[in-house]
Amino acid sequence: MSKAPPHRPRSRRLPLPMPPIPPKLKPPPPPPGTQRGRPHTPLEHAAETGKSVVDWVDERTSLSGAARWMMFRKVPKGTNWFYTLGSATMIAFLSQAVTGVFLAMYYRPDAAGGAYESIRYISTSVFLGNFVRGMHKWGATVMVVLVFLHMARTFVFGAYKYPRELNWVIGVVLLILTMVMGFTGYLLPFDERSYWATIVGVNINGTGPIIGPYLSDFLRGGPEFNATTLSRFYAIHMLVVPGLLAALIGAHLYLVAKLGTTAPPWLKAKIDTPELIEERA
Amino acid sequence: MAPARRQAKSKYTLDRGIPGAFEGETVTRRRFMTGTVHGAGMLMTAGFTLPAIGFALGPIFHNYTLGWQTVGYPQDFPDNNYIPIVITTSPGIGEAGKSTVYIRSRDPSVDKLPLTKYNRWVAITSRCSHLGCSVLWVEASERFVCPCHGSVFDAEGVRVSGPAPRPLDRFYTRLFDGQVQVGPRYSVNNELRPFSPRDPGQPLDGIGQYAYPSRPSVRKLPGNV
Repeated sequence: MSKAPPHRPRSRRLPLPMPPIPPKLKPPPPPPGTQRGRPHTPLEHAAETGKSVVDWVDERTSLSGAARWMMFRKVPKGTNWFYTLGSATMIAFLSQAVTGVFLAMYYRPDAAGGAYESIRYISTSVFLGNFVRGMHKWGATVMVVLVFLHMARTFVFGAYKYPRELNWVIGVVLLILTMVMGFTGYLLPFDERSYWATIVGVNINGTGPIIGPYLSDFLRGGPEFNATTLSRFYAIHMLVVPGLLAALIGAHLYLVAKLGTTAPPWLKAKIDTPELIEERA
Repeated sequence: MAPARRQAKSKYTLDRGIPGAFEGETVTRRRFMTGTVHGAGMLMTAGFTLPAIGFALGPIFHNYTLGWQTVGYPQDFPDNNYIPIVITTSPGIGEAGKSTVYIRSRDPSVDKLPLTKYNRWVAITSRCSHLGCSVLWVEASERFVCPCHGSVFDAEGVRVSGPAPRPLDRFYTRLFDGQVQVGPRYSVNNELRPFSPRDPGQPLDGIGQYAYPSRPSVRKLPGNV
């Protein structure tokens, strides 16, 4: 009996790489006399349950391969903090999405005064209402700033060049959609500033030759600012554009994972192997 | 050479080694079935997409009838100063649907266009022809002044300075039951010639009148110049 082979976990799970944490934070080795891999404490039992649930899902979906492909990518030398601007933009978008969904629980797109009243109610009476609305309002500005910083990083580092041109194009569409979100969201509080900013903004859209007048009519839902303009902006703001944004962010991220990131321009490839020859036209 | 080789090709998918081939299936049949399935899918998708798009674009082609609103008696309006009157431009949304109109009587020494039944009173909109802010009538200087971007218009609504591309829009007026009524809006060019109503920011002189077509559903009243 004492010659029994050591216990091995049945699943052939690939071990995830250990994150580089300081030695003090690493889990202690198991005490002598215990068998490795077998749960003993309640915490270990809970961890094993979690693992088997994940295994059950993974066996039926193979999602772990996709997750590993997405999360554990090789990045070039010299990757630095500027490369986090894209993720920061995405977090800003997620924050907008979550706070926006919960604001929609109280908001009422009623141009006859209900919209302003509902915003006033959110700001003054709802528990944490002012905080959630503040996050949505200021988060919009933060997102626009981050989009431009991310774009500037991509441009200055030359990361838009072959084979990443399509990702730049998708990024520009995302920029335009972010602007559309800002424009349509600005009307929703329906105070004086919202109203006049929308009047001016729609008329700026109308100054485009030939299609401008039709674009204005489409945005307002008629020749004048009317009762359906607010609900139209609300639908664009919370249904049409967020769906497009989420889909295009997915495409954007897929291309980032597929093509990899670029090294910063100040790093040169070392030409010390005979296989690597610099071509000059 | 080429036609001969084409004839040599079999019409059966089985002979050509096309995936999913079965006994007796021809290339034409395969093509027909594929096309039918794709066509049915496109038809169904169009069945809900096209009405939805039409639903969203509908207001562009909707015919809006803007009624006449009574604003006062003829003696209320002098011919040397504007009286501000608030009218409703879109009903049902309270204050947001109201707009100020500046009205005075026609002065033949100033208003050179021939008299018709729609211009016995001059009604000038408070909406700036630049981007739609509210202009203010300053009586002392006899100017309309826009607070947003500094457009200035003279007493006829013609631009004096600033970024506005055309004069201030006007409204048709008429006498009805002894009272003055304000009707649909129309735009004017620098010669004050009436045009179908345009949105702010759209010039009407030179190429502008062709670059910014008026919407098909709202036209100027017929028979007025």
